[in-house]
Order: sequence, then structure tokens, then C-alpha cells
Amino acid sequence: MTETALRVSQNSDASKVAGYRVPYRVFTDPEFYRREQENIFQGETWSFVALEAEVGEPGDFKSTFVGETPVIVTRAIDGKVHAVVNRCAHRGALVCREVRGNRPNLECIYHQWAYDLEGNLIGVPFRRGLRGQGGMPGDFDMKQHGLRKLRAESIGGLVFASFSETVEPLRDFLGPIVIEHIERIMCKPIKVLGDQRQHVHGNWKLYAENTRDPYHASLLHLFHNTFGLYRSTQTGKSVMDASKRHSLLYSIAASNDDAADKQAYGDSRTFDTEFKLQDMSLLKGRQEFDDGITLVILAVFPNLVLQQIQNTLAVRQIVTKGPDAFELVWTHFGYADDDAEMQAIRQKQTNLIGPAGLISMEDGEAVEIVQRAIIGEMEAKSYIAMGGGRAENADHLVTEGSIVGFWENYEKLVGYGTMS
Amino acid sequence: MDLAIFERLRLQHLATELNAIHAEWIDDDRLEEWPELFTDDCIYKIIARENHERNLSLSAIFCDSKGMLVDRIISLRKANIFPVHSYRHILGPTRIVSEHELKITAQTNYTVFMTRADGRTEIYNSGKYIDEIDCSGERPRFTSKVAVFDTNVIDTMMVRPI
Repeated sequence: MTETALRVSQNSDASKVAGYRVPYRVFTDPEFYRREQENIFQGETWSFVALEAEVGEPGDFKSTFVGETPVIVTRAIDGKVHAVVNRCAHRGALVCREVRGNRPNLECIYHQWAYDLEGNLIGVPFRRGLRGQGGMPGDFDMKQHGLRKLRAESIGGLVFASFSETVEPLRDFLGPIVIEHIERIMCKPIKVLGDQRQHVHGNWKLYAENTRDPYHASLLHLFHNTFGLYRSTQTGKSVMDASKRHSLLYSIAASNDDAADKQAYGDSRTFDTEFKLQDMSLLKGRQEFDDGITLVILAVFPNLVLQQIQNTLAVRQIVTKGPDAFELVWTHFGYADDDAEMQAIRQKQTNLIGPAGLISMEDGEAVEIVQRAIIGEMEAKSYIAMGGGRAENADHLVTEGSIVGFWENYEKLVGYGTMS
Repeated sequence: MDLAIFERLRLQHLATELNAIHAEWIDDDRLEEWPELFTDDCIYKIIARENHERNLSLSAIFCDSKGMLVDRIISLRKANIFPVHSYRHILGPTRIVSEHELKITAQTNYTVFMTRADGRTEIYNSGKYIDEIDCSGERPRFTSKVAVFDTNVIDTMMVRPI
């Protein structure tokens, strides 16, 4: 493997070889960050905001974000899920200061302006003044001063929201491949197991790349490779929706062939037959899906990853925190009908994923070492060519095609040109 | 001195010392020795207060055997990739919550400072330990150690025990 890598680098003449290039500036320049907030998160897209199960009962609410904008997701009395901007229509205070809870309505503590769970203004103290003095102007119309509403739609219990009035319907935005795999995992009622929050000192798009990248997974993550949870030699696919903004990566661990795989990886650091576990119960799972797929990373543009790794199920929501940081919110779940053994399997396997995950903790470091290396770089570009360097589907796992798909969509929405 | 009080102070001393050794071995990178502070069928759990207070099971790290503790350390040494860093624990007083036949439950507040390769030290994780300690043997050991952390956002990753 090392030899092959050398040969490619010796022969490659950067200007002639096919490949896709992304200017590093998009990861560091506040101008791009601002345009992303406007053109992606506030633009013609749907962002993941919640699992329906997180707001199960009327009155339940959850505070979250679309891009950097604070948003409240509620379940109203009519049983429907709504999303509104978490900003009082009066003078801009946060209306909801808790992460989650249940309330009959939403009330800003500053001047007690009250809104129903759909965001309609229902109460303004001293609206008609006191003793004939003060009060709001006579033409003050409560209907004009609700919380800013987002469109909210669900598929398979995943709630998405959009600021756009003109964005295509959610089903069209996601496309059939994404919907099929959402519905595959969300095939029956779920039970939320808890949340994990991870602050990563890097640009959110480095994580978008990371989760569309089957190439790195067995080379960075020793646990994946050594224990055969994921190997690039496995039967699997890296495919996109028609628009190529979303990415589905899946693999089937039953296709492992330890002897042949050992040869393919040679003396790679991450294929370590000497590495053994004392307690193998960590890797004892159960086959839950008839299709035999043991790993799914469904990266949904712009801010969601829905995952199945062995018996761990989770959504990862990307929350942008400026050009050089993002927060990753992991919400783990199982199924409502999990028996005691299945609950125990999931609890144990959560050791594999999340910020302390034996196979996922490296991704934080991978993002951060890029961010640290590209600081201040205004001209240089990355080079993405594995598998051909084009946004093409692959029925193998030695490709970066889905990363190119992400960037082509980014180029359309944000562009690489600078204002100055 | 009243024998009961003497015995109580003795147990408190044992629990305090066990926690001090636990912190010291982690901070001094004596991680291969760290599992020796636990019984073979121990529970070791690091869980966000956000989940703990909702009675949700999801933990950052969940081990239910000493073997899993050893595996965590071997994984840290051989498998995992993470930024260079070290810990410094600051412990509050250990309070014995209950005692039954030399098996005690104790609580201790803690803060873990993290120092990265650039030399900056930051508060990494703060919370409380809820411990079950078996003091009936030759030396005390944790049968269960649960770290419930307030620092809800984990900075980049968690690889060392808390």
C-alpha cells in the first residue's frame, strides 16, 4: 500500500491529474462563514433540528440551532411539531433559556411577552397602558409580532426545519436514497438514550468531509480496522442522492476476509493483529437488520449524520460556532421494544462512538490538525482525487466521490470567490 | 474516643486516600496501574449530568469489568489518536454517604484541568464521583465509580479516565 501511495505522488503533476480542489480559505475566512449562514442555513435547505421522540408530548420543547441561529422546536396542542426562532419579537431576548422541558406556552422573562407553542403572540403586559397612560400604539397588531416561524417537516421521526418559503418539499430535498435509509433505521418507535455534546476546534465543513469519506475510516481508526467493524475491503457502497449533496456510506462486516484483508493493509498501523481485548463483550452484538449492513453513515446536507455502527444508533447534529469551531450533538437512541439484553448491548457499544468513542474520537483530532495547518492560508487548495476526483457513486469504499459532491453543492450555494 | 466515630473516620480516610491515589495515578500517567484500584466485576461510568438527572443510561464511557478498564488503557496507548494532553485532578472532601459491613458509598467533588501541548491549562471536566468502595479486603477497591460531569460539552475528545 505504501508503494502505491509513493508512485502516485511521484507521477502526479497537479495541473494535469483529475481531481477536485477546495481553497483552504473557506475553512478560515469569516466572510465565507457569514455567506454560509445566509445561503446555506438560512437559505434553500432543510436542517435537522430534533427527533420527534425528543418532543413527544404537547408542550414539550427543545432548544437547538440552525447554523448559529437559536431555534426552539415545540410540540403544540394540535400534536404537530413546530420550529421558531428563539428570539423575542419585542427586543430580541432569548424566549427559551432551558435546553428542554414542557410548558403550556413560551414566555419571555424580560417583559413577559407570551407566545403559544406555534410562536403566535398571545400576551403583552400593559398593552393598553395603566390608568390611561402608556401602552402600545392603537394599531398594534398581535398577529404581526409573533416569533419568526420556520417551516418544519418530519420524515421517519426526524424533524427538519427551513427558513426558506421557496425551498423544495423535504422529501424532494432528501431524495429517495436518503429517505429509504432514514426509514430503514427509523423503522419502529425509538427511545432516546441520551445526548453527548462535543466541541471541536475546527470548521464544520471539515466534518462534512470526514463523514463523506470512506477512504479515511480504516486508516485513521485502528479499532474499526483491526476488529473488522469497517474495512475498505468490505462489501459496501459510497453513493449520493441525485443532487449529490447527501452521502450514504454503508458496509457489511460479514464480508471480511481476515487473511486477504491483512495482505491488503500490509503493515498499516491500523491493522494490528497483536491488539486484543481482554473483555470481548464490547463487540458482541446482534444482527438487527436483514440486509446484513453493519455500518451506515448517512450524511445529510447540511447538518446531520444519521448512523448505525454495529448496534449503536444515533443522530449527530452539527452546530456551527464561528469559522473555526463547531459543536457536535450526538443523540443516541434504541427502539422502544428493545429487550433487556438489547439495552445492555447498546449501552456497552456506546463506548465505540461519541467524543469518548473508541472508534470515533479520532475524527475530532483529524479535523483539528487540518484547521491548525491551514491557518492564514489564502491561496492553497486541497486535493481530492481518490476514486477519480469526480462526484460519482462507487460500489466500493476506496473513493472520495461524495466529498466532491458536497463541494459542488457548496460551490453552487456559496461559491469560492471572495468579495474583496 | 467512641469506637463508632473512630471506625467512621477510618473508613473516611480509606475512601479519601483511594480517591487521591486514583487521581494521582491518572495525572501521573500511571494508567496501566489504574485498573488495580477496582474489583474484577466493577462498574466504571462517566456520564453527563444532563443524562444522569433524566435517568438516561447514555454514558461517555461505560465499563462493567476490570478487563474493560484495561482495554481502554491499551486502546489509548496503541489504537487511539488524540491531541497530546495531561490531566490534573483537584478533589474536594470525600463524604461517606452510607456504610454496611465495610462496603461504603461515598461522594467527592472533582475538577480536572487539561493541559495541551501548547502549554495552556483549561478546566476540562468538573463534576462529582459517586463511589462504592469495598473496604473489607486487604486494601480498599472501587466496586463502582460513577463520575457525573457538569461540563456538558466535551472539549474535542475524552480518552483518559476521569
